[in-house]
Amino acid sequence: MTQFLKLLFRNRLAGFGAVVLSVILLLVLLTPILPLQNPDTTATADRFLKPFTPGHPLGTDHLGRDLLSRLLWGTRLSLAVGISAALIAATIGSAIGIVAGYFGGRTDNVIMRGVDMLMAFPYILLALAIVAALGPGLMNALIAVAAVNVPFFARNIRGVTVSLAGREFIDAARLAGMGHARIILTELLPNVLPVIVIAMSTTVGWMILETAGLSFLGLGSQPPQADLGSMLGEARSALITHPHTSVVPGLMIFLIVMSINLLGDGVRDALDPRLRSGALSRPRATTLVERQGEIPPASDDLLAIQDLHTQFHVGKRIYRAVGGVSLAVKPGECLGVIGESGSGKSVTALSVMGLVASPPGVITGGAVRFQGEDLVGAPYETLRQKRGDRVAYIFQDPLSTLHPLYRVGEQLAEAIQSHHKISSKDARTRAIALLKDVRIPNAESRIDNYPHEMSGGMRQRVGIAMALANEPDVIIADEPTTALDVTVQAQILSLLDDLRRDRGLAIVFITHDFGVVAQLCDRVAVMYAGRIVEEGPTGAVLDAPAHPYTKRLIACVPELGGGRRELAAIPGLPPVVDDLPPGCAFAPRCDKARDDCRAGDIPLDGTAPRAVRCLYAEEAV
Amino acid sequence: MPALKVENLAKTFPLKKPLFGAARDGVRAVRPMSFEVAEGETLGVVGESGCGKSTLARMLVGLLEPSEGHIEIAGKALDNADPAAFGKLIQYVFQDPNSSLNPRKSIRQIIEAPLKRLYRMNRAERAARISEVFASVNLRDEFLDRYPHEFSGGQAQRIGIARALAANPRIIVLDEPVSALDVSVQAQVLNLLADLRAQFGLTYLFITHDLAVVEAVSDRIVVLYFGAVVELGRAERIFAAPRHPYTSLLAQSAPVVGRALTAPEQKDSELPDPLNPPPGCAFAGRCPRATDLCRATDPPLEQMGEDQFAACHHPLED
Amino acid sequence: MGSYILKRLVSAIPVLLGITVIVFGIMSLIPGDPATAILGAYATPDNVEKLNRDLGLDKPAMQRYFIWLGNMIQGDFGRSYSLNRPVLDEVLERFNATLILAGTSFVLCAVLGILAGVVSAARQYGWADKLITFTVLIGISVPAFFLGMMMILLFAVNLRWLPVSGMYAIYGGGDLPDLLNHLIMPALALSAVATGVVARLSRSAMLEVLRQDYIRTARAKGVPERRVIMGHALRAAMVSIIPVLGIQAGFVLSGAVYIEIVFQWPGVGRMLVDAILKRDLLLVQGGVVFVAACYVMFNIAVDVAQSLLDPRIKT
Repeated sequence: MTQFLKLLFRNRLAGFGAVVLSVILLLVLLTPILPLQNPDTTATADRFLKPFTPGHPLGTDHLGRDLLSRLLWGTRLSLAVGISAALIAATIGSAIGIVAGYFGGRTDNVIMRGVDMLMAFPYILLALAIVAALGPGLMNALIAVAAVNVPFFARNIRGVTVSLAGREFIDAARLAGMGHARIILTELLPNVLPVIVIAMSTTVGWMILETAGLSFLGLGSQPPQADLGSMLGEARSALITHPHTSVVPGLMIFLIVMSINLLGDGVRDALDPRLRSGALSRPRATTLVERQGEIPPASDDLLAIQDLHTQFHVGKRIYRAVGGVSLAVKPGECLGVIGESGSGKSVTALSVMGLVASPPGVITGGAVRFQGEDLVGAPYETLRQKRGDRVAYIFQDPLSTLHPLYRVGEQLAEAIQSHHKISSKDARTRAIALLKDVRIPNAESRIDNYPHEMSGGMRQRVGIAMALANEPDVIIADEPTTALDVTVQAQILSLLDDLRRDRGLAIVFITHDFGVVAQLCDRVAVMYAGRIVEEGPTGAVLDAPAHPYTKRLIACVPELGGGRRELAAIPGLPPVVDDLPPGCAFAPRCDKARDDCRAGDIPLDGTAPRAVRCLYAEEAV
Repeated sequence: MPALKVENLAKTFPLKKPLFGAARDGVRAVRPMSFEVAEGETLGVVGESGCGKSTLARMLVGLLEPSEGHIEIAGKALDNADPAAFGKLIQYVFQDPNSSLNPRKSIRQIIEAPLKRLYRMNRAERAARISEVFASVNLRDEFLDRYPHEFSGGQAQRIGIARALAANPRIIVLDEPVSALDVSVQAQVLNLLADLRAQFGLTYLFITHDLAVVEAVSDRIVVLYFGAVVELGRAERIFAAPRHPYTSLLAQSAPVVGRALTAPEQKDSELPDPLNPPPGCAFAGRCPRATDLCRATDPPLEQMGEDQFAACHHPLED
Repeated sequence: MGSYILKRLVSAIPVLLGITVIVFGIMSLIPGDPATAILGAYATPDNVEKLNRDLGLDKPAMQRYFIWLGNMIQGDFGRSYSLNRPVLDEVLERFNATLILAGTSFVLCAVLGILAGVVSAARQYGWADKLITFTVLIGISVPAFFLGMMMILLFAVNLRWLPVSGMYAIYGGGDLPDLLNHLIMPALALSAVATGVVARLSRSAMLEVLRQDYIRTARAKGVPERRVIMGHALRAAMVSIIPVLGIQAGFVLSGAVYIEIVFQWPGVGRMLVDAILKRDLLLVQGGVVFVAACYVMFNIAVDVAQSLLDPRIKT
């Protein structure tokens, strides 16, 4: 709760809204005991007095009634009615939504048909019809406003409930013997509640407006009782001659609704976990670069990553995702980068072309050189011209990485046309040829498919075709087969292998699978906690791992054909990269660790091409 | 008496009747299948995405009502899809450990639920049982008052296992229990599962897509393809000497250190369309050995060799 | 495509029937004798009896509903007692004026809202974003009727740029420029809230989409940033913007009721409010059903637009 308030008031606008609303609420609560004149006492002699008249700080209306008093009593009424309407609508609507979403099937169908029916009315028609039937009056206006908002809550809450009801913890609760009512109350409701609060806080202002609107039309509060809407309605005829009688209630409605909206946005932001991590900010076109320290000198490799540091700045925390990685590839070579999740392998790959999402990503040191030219901090246009043209990417999940609304042919053609001025017809011809290169059958008809019309394996072939479109020098493949079935994976891997042999492509292959590395890569680098702990030719590393981590990681992965066995597990967990221990990051999990392992920085050492970052290596390299 | 017996179990998901035209046949996620799991045995279930392994698992624990067939657990017929009735006999460990724990409940509340609802234990009994279970999965009691988001994937999976154990079932269905975990943590959880099985005499149904893992933990393995059992055999034999060409394809496709990269198949690699299933063997379209017979009639599961079964007209020889 | 439109049209039939049931159901909540309620308290007993017979109000509710429905299907919405003319004639005439007003506002809110949202998202936390966010906040907090009144004060009374109210000038006028002159203020006042809502939604939809993996793919293949935003991102964002446009059309139609009152616009909203105050219930019933039916048709058009944009929707 305190954390929620802290988050809420970190948003200054929400704080402002809260202050304004509190002042209004306080005034309204104190209204009965404030020394105000009777709001309904008419005095025809004092009609339309201007504001700041002695005795009438805000002047009087067309019947000579004190505007300040009427304003406060009216605000009281408007707020009470609006908030009650919101509570009623939220309670009924959420109950309907939860029941429909949880039970699904026919219950859901029937309920949501009804809700859709209600939503088929422009809301005021429904409200007008209800008021027409029940007769004008504030209570009836309240019922009408609550009723037209029930479908909104029902639909909103149903959506959330459906996604929650599909979560595994609901199944787990059923297996624990809970009944439906108990699951709804103790498993679902606590998770839906924040959404209900958000929906309420963002609509209560709207409902106050609505009730004021009905009163404005003369269908809500009836004279002499007045809420803000009916004050405005009565003042309308004197708008041109005595504008203050309109401005006073109008401004009050505006202030109330604005402060509620500000506060509501704040509540939403504070309760929405996605916003809490700052994830809803727009990633820039290239990763932010704030380089400290010296820039390493140029090398003559095709692609060289030199002492790269990439960090994530989230709030006050700094995650050192990549902490000084150096890698290089030659034409026709396949370099494997292997590591567990959080080891920094993907961030390293994305840093090359400035594709790490920023915020929160920042490249803080080192260089990435393509044919000697430094790409870190290069102007956007330089980087863009290289992206996809000289250095291309293949990503993990081809369903989320292809645009769902463009045909695959359009996406392929675009990759070509971003770098070459060719006609759409030629681009299409070339796209068909590319699909054939990646062995997609019926390329001529497949080119007009949308990604969702293809299987996972076919989609990944499209992803590969797109990477090949401009005959790049380097392909960076970030776990390209992890999302695929094993039989499809084998095909994709052999395709990649053939392509690089035929075309002299350099491939940087990111994976967590030793089997894949062994079959595809010439050299391999093992990453742990943002750094390379060992590298060398694939055979040498796998046959005689020098770093204890590599050795134990290989040992704990079961291998086909090994039969039933006890696995050699590594105790403990990989470290979190915002709080790395000094010295070797693996030391806390390593049974060979000694005091000096935990003392200072350990260099990556050895005779090229082998190197290991360990003081007590398993093998001399 | 087998711990689990499944007879002609099948699930068909009905399709919505189109506005115009006749109602279509449903999607047959699981075709009628029968198998038994012996007391204390680990039966591996392996197959690629869309083969029906999760549908099978959900039927076995009562989360999904079978369209046909029977489930018998420890001699007791259970096919009314009532999870509360299943809960004392069979429990489930989910694939995504974080999604299987309610984020708004403490670990104690989560683990208490089966004790309260299935066994109506009082507070003292529950506390004793929870300590016992927590100790057996190597978690410290101080974790009990924390919330799920404070745990890593491996720890969360231990909590999920502890919850399943708390209900004191005879059988546990493990649905891809380690595929969301990092490799170095996978081994910890697999070893823990092996220890628990020995300690409590549990029977496991281990569902996964990872051939190496399933081979390492199972006694026998069932290979599923397109909702049907294509091969069943001893774990140490089935991938080494497969009878069904699909099992063979799987075994050859798995990346293995020290084996050259081969693409064992260059033909159309798509699964058949579930809305429009082929008449004969579902694998015929991808099979190098397929004949007209395969495309016309669906082969039954037949015994081949001592304790191996395969559904193939032209099985591979030893 | 054609079959999809047909399918949606067929599926609209139960919705339209549902609308008539709901309206009929609400109207039957009226306490007391329906004929007295329709004719008002001052009706003579003769008239009440005649109406009861004419409308079959002495019959059970079920039967009454089908008679009413049957008449409507044949184009007979009944007769307005307060205007003494057929309900349908009056509604059609008034709806024309409402359509001009609400249609203009809807186009304004869609174009301005999406534009503002895209600029705001593309320049997140820049000055343009802050300015737009601030304006939008004011826009969605001010009641349309109050905004309209303030605009009259400023532009019509003080500056004398635009006419105070009405649809056409009383003397002369009647041509298109005259109409536009009268349309500016009400259309702007009516579109304010909806523009704000569309702008906010477009901004968050764009921000959401810009984080997606396929945007990273577009950047990775070297697509120029301008095209990433205006092509890849906006197109994907439209998938969530279009349904909201459908909902906002309903809000614009609703807001038109207030605006028509403030600006004396001879639309269907003003007609309905007058009819309620005069308890001319047949006119209310007929007007509500007619406008709701038009809105249902509009939403079908929105769905069709959505299916053209998004191939994942089964056609």
